[in-house]
Amino acid sequence: MCLAVPGRVLSIADADGVPMAEVDFGGVRKEVCLQYVPGVGVGEYVIVHVGFAIQQLDEESARQTLANFERLGILEEEFREIP
Amino acid sequence: MKYLDEFSDPDLAARLIDQIHAVTTRPWAMMEVCGGQTHSIIRHGIDQLLPDDVEMIHGPGCPVCVTPLEVIDKALAIAARPEVIFCSFGDMLRVPGSGQDLFGVKSAGGDVRVVYSPMDALKLARQNPDRQVVFFGIGFETTAPANAMTVHQARRLGVTNFSLLVSHVLVPPAIAAIMESPRCRVQAFLAAGHVCSVMGTREYPPLAHKYGVPIVVTGFEPLDILEGIRQTITLLEQGRAEVRNAYPRAVRDEGNPAAMAMLRDVFEVTDRTWRGIGEIPGSGWRLSSRYREFDAELRFDVGGLRTAESPLCRSGEVLQGLLKPHECAAFGKQCTPRTPLGATMVSSEGACAAYYAYRLVTHS
Amino acid sequence: MPLRDTPAIVLGHGGGGAMSAELVRHLFLPGYGSAGAPGELGDCAVLEIGGTRLAFSTDGFVVKPMFFPGGSIGDLAVNGTVNDLAMSGATPLHLSAAFILQEGTALAELGRIAEAMGAAARAAGVRLVTGDTKVVDNGSGDGVYVTTAGIGVVPEGVDIRPGRAAPGDAILISGDLGAHGVAVLSCREGLTFGTEVRSDTAPLHGLVAAMLATGADVHVLRDPTRGGVAAALNEIAKAAGVGVELTERDLPVPGEVADACNLLGLDPLQVANEGKLVAFVPEPHAEQVLEAMRAHAYGKGARKIGTCVPDHPGMVVARTALGGTRVISMPIGEQLPRIC
Repeated sequence: MCLAVPGRVLSIADADGVPMAEVDFGGVRKEVCLQYVPGVGVGEYVIVHVGFAIQQLDEESARQTLANFERLGILEEEFREIP
Repeated sequence: MKYLDEFSDPDLAARLIDQIHAVTTRPWAMMEVCGGQTHSIIRHGIDQLLPDDVEMIHGPGCPVCVTPLEVIDKALAIAARPEVIFCSFGDMLRVPGSGQDLFGVKSAGGDVRVVYSPMDALKLARQNPDRQVVFFGIGFETTAPANAMTVHQARRLGVTNFSLLVSHVLVPPAIAAIMESPRCRVQAFLAAGHVCSVMGTREYPPLAHKYGVPIVVTGFEPLDILEGIRQTITLLEQGRAEVRNAYPRAVRDEGNPAAMAMLRDVFEVTDRTWRGIGEIPGSGWRLSSRYREFDAELRFDVGGLRTAESPLCRSGEVLQGLLKPHECAAFGKQCTPRTPLGATMVSSEGACAAYYAYRLVTHS
Repeated sequence: MPLRDTPAIVLGHGGGGAMSAELVRHLFLPGYGSAGAPGELGDCAVLEIGGTRLAFSTDGFVVKPMFFPGGSIGDLAVNGTVNDLAMSGATPLHLSAAFILQEGTALAELGRIAEAMGAAARAAGVRLVTGDTKVVDNGSGDGVYVTTAGIGVVPEGVDIRPGRAAPGDAILISGDLGAHGVAVLSCREGLTFGTEVRSDTAPLHGLVAAMLATGADVHVLRDPTRGGVAAALNEIAKAAGVGVELTERDLPVPGEVADACNLLGLDPLQVANEGKLVAFVPEPHAEQVLEAMRAHAYGKGARKIGTCVPDHPGMVVARTALGGTRVISMPIGEQLPRIC
């Protein structure tokens, strides 16, 4: 359910008392409501669903996950090399 | 796009697939609850790369597909009114009610518009003060905060010509309903990542414990799905009915507190019928009494409209992997992708629709 | 599938997908009876008249908004028909243009459209030789509708049509996918988003001439407009009773198009192009045709994206980047943004 994509906050402005941001999705830009991610600042990544940021993207965690994937196969190969 | 492309890397995918093969020692059947994950699995051909022993059962998590017939009929009745601008997410337009779909209402003169966000509908209401603007507020916990914020904002700004036709559905009660079936074959769940971005993971340990199933919160890109499957099989092999978060970049255990507070204010839990599946207790949200004035069902007096789900449809059994689509008597006869009776035929990735398309190809 | 779901026309009937095809098969052809075309009904008919093979085509244009990044309804009206003719291998010569205008349409706007048509026709080397204008009540139309028809001459020995697709053909694309559809969506009411993507609208008969000049036996040409590459390949696969196998990794989808599709939940293979062509060419000729395409301004990004096979006739299958396969189905009607 629920197509949500990560984008980077370019700018934030108030619209009728609601924080609205211009968010960059790799070259495509869209207006997004930041009401639910109060701490997020310009340059940070949010996960956007139907025009709303539903969560801040944890960039450190993303790097960690990818690093874990990188290690997966390699550990195996190292074990295999041990006679 | 950053944080999407990295999680589609074919080399890392191959490593994860190797790992999945390495940890699997016997047959397992798991369900991805979410339609977005089903889409991704089919889109990338992930199911074909798994061990033969691993069966993915596609769950009921496509929000437009499970929206009950009765609510769609209400939408059609409201959208046909001359004073109404009826706004909807795009994929809802093609879902048929008893007679037609929203496209049909549009062709008969109804003012039906596709919007990207419910806020766009609120904008339309402010631009057209002499019209009634109705937004079709469907979806799971992921979409509910957007709809909640929009109606909250409408009240705050005093936009009285805006209302919401609400039919929200909730994941945990659906998981419980699936597991309650005595013949249920599901041994584990991939939980829907973006639902958990909003709601967190704390609803799941009691379910995992009660039904003895591992539940792994999973993302949507190929590597996320493979990692969700890998962690699930690892837990299954170890006999551990626990909850894991395989999508930590987008999901915190506590969820999104600001969104959850808004949801508590705007919505209240209600029983909800799922298309072709039937009523699941406590499985939906409706507007709370504080927001009743924005309830389109009351404003347009369609609350009394009653449509029964088809008695022929057995999609509840298909969803649980108990019945193959072609074993249903209505399959390919009363029930086709153009005249679907249940959620599994409405969605192009639903088990019945996929089976129908494949069968047509092999027979022609 | 029979025409049975709707008692009235819905938008999907004009989407270029399964519903459009059903309308032709189940309503127009039976209505025409023996006066209808024999054989394949394509975007362009090739008729032998007085020893000359004439290509004949017509196309209606109803794009909303009428002006979009990279072009307007005027560019499409000329290039669309030029390209329909070119896909039979013809050299386009003359076009007609009929306008249905809504009362109240600004003359300045219509003037811009006419100028765009003039410029596009000059660039394509065709003439606008006849036309018609009608006006409908305010409210019965939606600005400006343009219908163009065109004729061209098919050179000796050229036989290009969907039915000639054959197992062993290489499937080529002339460049990046999806720009037109994304450019138009970016300024559609309710969906607006910011992007630098511009429509790829362009006349393709020069590119086709360059491909034919190699002497290669080009089997099929198709401009993947509404319904995108998915619709074009499904139609060809069905017409020729062959299978199509794509390699997803080879599909040229520019980053910005992919991003817009990710945001809205669209499949780039279903998004419209207005200046690209798909070609089926016997594998031994593929390399020289690709070279000729890359030497042409509108074929710089040409590449092979798949192969025509004897298996799964009528079906388009893609090998995914991960090594799985998926079926590319015929789009049903309008492309709709998804939330799921």
